[in-house]
Amino acid sequence: MKPRYDLAVIGAGPAGVAGALTASFAGLDVVLIDAAPRPGGQYFRHLPQGFNAQAPGALHHGLDGFTRQWETLRARADVLLGHKVWAVERAEGTVTVRCLEGDREERPRTVTARGLLIATGAHDRPLPFPGWDLPGVLTAGGAQALLKGNLVVAGRKVVVAGTGPFLLPVAAGLAGAGADVRGVYEANGRLGLARHPLLAAGKAGEALGYGATLARHRVPYRGRHAVIAAHGEDALTHVTVARLDSAWRPVSTRTVECDTLAYGYGFVPQLELPVQLGCATRADADGSPVVTVDGGLRTSVPGVYAAGESTGVGGAVLAEVEGRIAGRSAAADLGRRVPPLPRLSRRRERLAAFAKALLEAYPVRPGWQGWLRDDTLVCRCEEVPLSAVREAQDLGATDARSVKLLARPGMGWCQGRMCGYAVACLAGEDPAAPRRPIAQPIRLGDLAAPTRSPLEG
Amino acid sequence: MPDVVVIGAGVVGAACAYYAARAGLDVVVVDRGPVAGGTTGAGEGNVLVSDKEPGPELDLALLSNGLWRELAEFDGFEFEPKGGLVVAETGEVLEALTGLAGKQGVEHTVVPSGGLDDYEPHLAQGFAGGVFYPQDAQVQPMLAAARLIRRGADRFGRGTLMLRTGVTVTGFLRDGDRIGGVTTDHGDILAGAVVNAAGTWGGEVAAMAGVHVPVLPRRGFILVTEPFDEPLIRHKVYTAAYVTNVASDSEGLETSAVVEGTPSGPVLIGASRERVGFDRTVSVPVLERLARQAVELFPALADRRAIRAYCGFRPYCPDHLPVIGEDPRAPGLHHACGHEGAGIGLAPATGHLIAQTLAGHRPDLDLTPFRPDRFEERR
Repeated sequence: MKPRYDLAVIGAGPAGVAGALTASFAGLDVVLIDAAPRPGGQYFRHLPQGFNAQAPGALHHGLDGFTRQWETLRARADVLLGHKVWAVERAEGTVTVRCLEGDREERPRTVTARGLLIATGAHDRPLPFPGWDLPGVLTAGGAQALLKGNLVVAGRKVVVAGTGPFLLPVAAGLAGAGADVRGVYEANGRLGLARHPLLAAGKAGEALGYGATLARHRVPYRGRHAVIAAHGEDALTHVTVARLDSAWRPVSTRTVECDTLAYGYGFVPQLELPVQLGCATRADADGSPVVTVDGGLRTSVPGVYAAGESTGVGGAVLAEVEGRIAGRSAAADLGRRVPPLPRLSRRRERLAAFAKALLEAYPVRPGWQGWLRDDTLVCRCEEVPLSAVREAQDLGATDARSVKLLARPGMGWCQGRMCGYAVACLAGEDPAAPRRPIAQPIRLGDLAAPTRSPLEG
Repeated sequence: MPDVVVIGAGVVGAACAYYAARAGLDVVVVDRGPVAGGTTGAGEGNVLVSDKEPGPELDLALLSNGLWRELAEFDGFEFEPKGGLVVAETGEVLEALTGLAGKQGVEHTVVPSGGLDDYEPHLAQGFAGGVFYPQDAQVQPMLAAARLIRRGADRFGRGTLMLRTGVTVTGFLRDGDRIGGVTTDHGDILAGAVVNAAGTWGGEVAAMAGVHVPVLPRRGFILVTEPFDEPLIRHKVYTAAYVTNVASDSEGLETSAVVEGTPSGPVLIGASRERVGFDRTVSVPVLERLARQAVELFPALADRRAIRAYCGFRPYCPDHLPVIGEDPRAPGLHHACGHEGAGIGLAPATGHLIAQTLAGHRPDLDLTPFRPDRFEERR
C-alpha cells in the first residue's frame, strides 16, 4: 500500500511544528499529530496571558513566532490534534502510526507515511520523598497546568523546590499570578548558573528577568536547600526544608507552612516510540536515555528522525532549531532540493553545548535516597514502599527491571513514567530506555477492531 | 567447594537448587543477570495439567502439580489453585476435548453449555461446553523463583544454598572426562556437578561443554490490562485451540486465547507462538489478534484497557519435551532446560528429579523420554 503522506510528525511543540513547517516548505506532504487538543507542547501550551505580559521579551517573541508558524502550517499540512499515538511500526519503507482519536469516546486511527519525525518532548522527573503523595504536592509541570487553569488564587501559599533553571519561570509565573510563593529551594548551588561562563553568556538576561520578578514579590531563592518531607492529614499543610551538603544529605531542617508544593528534578525525554521502532539510544550527560542522532537528526532507523527533548533535554529554542534541521533532512532524503544551511547546524551545536552544561550544573545527587523512609511510596500507582524495593533487592533483583518484576514499581497506570528514574537510581543504575509496546492505554475493543485512517468514518 | 553449581536463577534453576539443598547437597546458583530475569520474568505463571497429552510430559506435570501444592505453604508467590476451564466452540470440539480428558486420567468435570455460566458468568454465549480441570493453578513466577531460593537458604542454611547474580559462565572445568565446575567472569567455581538450567539459552551452555542440545526460542506476547476492582474472570480460561497450538510444529504465528485474572488486579491475555529468533520488536498484529480472541471469549473485556504488553522466549526442543538428566556425553553435567511454555508448571518436578539423580537416587519418574542425547540420531 502506498503511504498516505511523505512525512508524519508526532508532537506539536516547538520541534514538531518547526519540523513539519520546514518539511512542508521543502515540498513534502506532511501530517502533524499531537495528543493534546491544542498545539504548543509543554512549553507553549501552558503560558497564560497574564504571565506573558510580565515575562521578558524573548519569551513573548517566542510565542508570537510559534503562533505564526502554527497558523502557516495549518494552511499547508494536515493537523491531527487530540490523537494519542499508542504504537508506531515501520516495514518496507512505510511508517504506520496508530493513534486513538478523542478523549472519552476514543476511536482508533491509522496514519501511514514514508518518513517519521519524532518530537515527543519530555515530562517531569519527580523524586519520591515522604509525603509526596499528599494532595497539594505537584510537579513543576503540574503547577504550570494550575496556572493555565487559573486555579491559583491570590493568597495561596506555594513552595517551589527541586533543581534546574525551570524552577525560576515556575516560581515567577506563580508569583505573577497572585500566589504567595514562600520560597524557591534549589538543591544545587544557586550560583551554578553564574559560575559557568557559557551559561552566563547564554541566558543571563532571561535569568535576570525571573530574578527581578521574584525580587519584586520578595520571594526567597535559596541554593543547597530542598524539601525533604511534606506533611498534612488529608492535604498539604507544611513541608520540611533542609539545608543540604554537596551530596544532598540534610545538614539542618526547618518547617515552612504551605498548601501547595511545586517541585521537579529535571525532565525525562519520552522515548517509547523510538524504542518501539528500534532506534539506537545513548545516555545523556545526566544518564537519561536519549535518541542517538546524526548531524541531520537522523536516527539509526532509516526514514526516522528525532528532534527536541527526545535527543537530549535542551529547551524550546534548541528544539525548534532541531525541528528545522530534521525537516530539511527528511525532505533531502526524499529527493527534494534542500540547499545546505551550515549556520543552522552551528546554532544547534552552540545550543546543545549550553544544554549539556546546564545538565551538568544541575545534577541529581545520591543523597536524596536518604530522605526516604521504609514506608515512603516509591511507586504511587502500585503503592510500592521503599521497603518492598529493598526486599526485592535482597531476593536477588539486581537491576531496575527485576525490581519491577518482584515488587511491582512501574507496573501500574503510568507504566513507570513517574517512578522509573527513582527506581533506576535505587537499583544503582542509569535509567534504561523504556520498553513500552503500548505507549498509551487502549481499550481491548479498539485494539481488536480493524483500524481506520483519519479520513474514514 | 560446593557439590553443585546451578547455571540459571530462573524458576527451574531455583527448583533444582532448592531440592538439591534439601537432599543435603551444597549448591551455588549463578546467573549472568538478576534472579528470574529471563523467560521466568516473561511468563504467566501457568501450572497446568489440562493442556498435556497423555505421556511423559503429563506425568511430569502431575508430579509437579503435587509438589507446587507442598511448596505453596511457604506463601509469598501468589499460588492460586483456581482451576482451568477449557471451552469448546462446537460440539465436535467438545467431543474431542472430552475424549482427551478421559485419556489423560486427570481429575476433571465435563461442563455442558448451560453450565458454563456457573464457572464464568462473563463468558460469551454460544460455546458448546467445556472441561473444567480443578488441578490447574497459577503462581507469580518471578516471586516463586526468588522465594524458592530464599526459602532453601533459610531452611537448609545460607552456606548450603547460595545465589550469585551477575556472574556469567564462560566455560567448563574438567576432571578427566567429567565436568568438574565452571569458569566465570568472576573466577572459577569447582563443583562435583553442574546443572544447566539456562532455559532458552541452555543450548549455548551445552555447547560450551561440547554437547549438542537443541533449545530454540519461540516468542510469545502477553497483553496486560488495567487492574480490575472486582474479579471478572475466576479461573484460567482458554479455548481448545490452545492445546493444538502448544503441540504444533508450525513456524508461523499461532495465537489462541488464554485469559486469567491475577491477585494484583490486572488480567493477563496470552498466548502467541512464533519462531522469529530473539527478536523483541513489537508486533502490533499479534497484539490485535490476542485482543480480538480475548474479547470473543469475554465480551466485557472490550471496554477495559490494555496498559502494557511484553514478550518472552519459550525454550523449545524439536519434540516439545524438556531435557532433564545427566548427559552421558559430558558426565557431571545435568541438563534441566527446554521446558517451552511449561517451565513454571514443571519446575518443581524437574528440580526434584535432578536432585534425586545428583544424590545418586533412583528418580521417581523414568527420565528416558527427556534424555539429553536423544537428538543425536536425528543429526
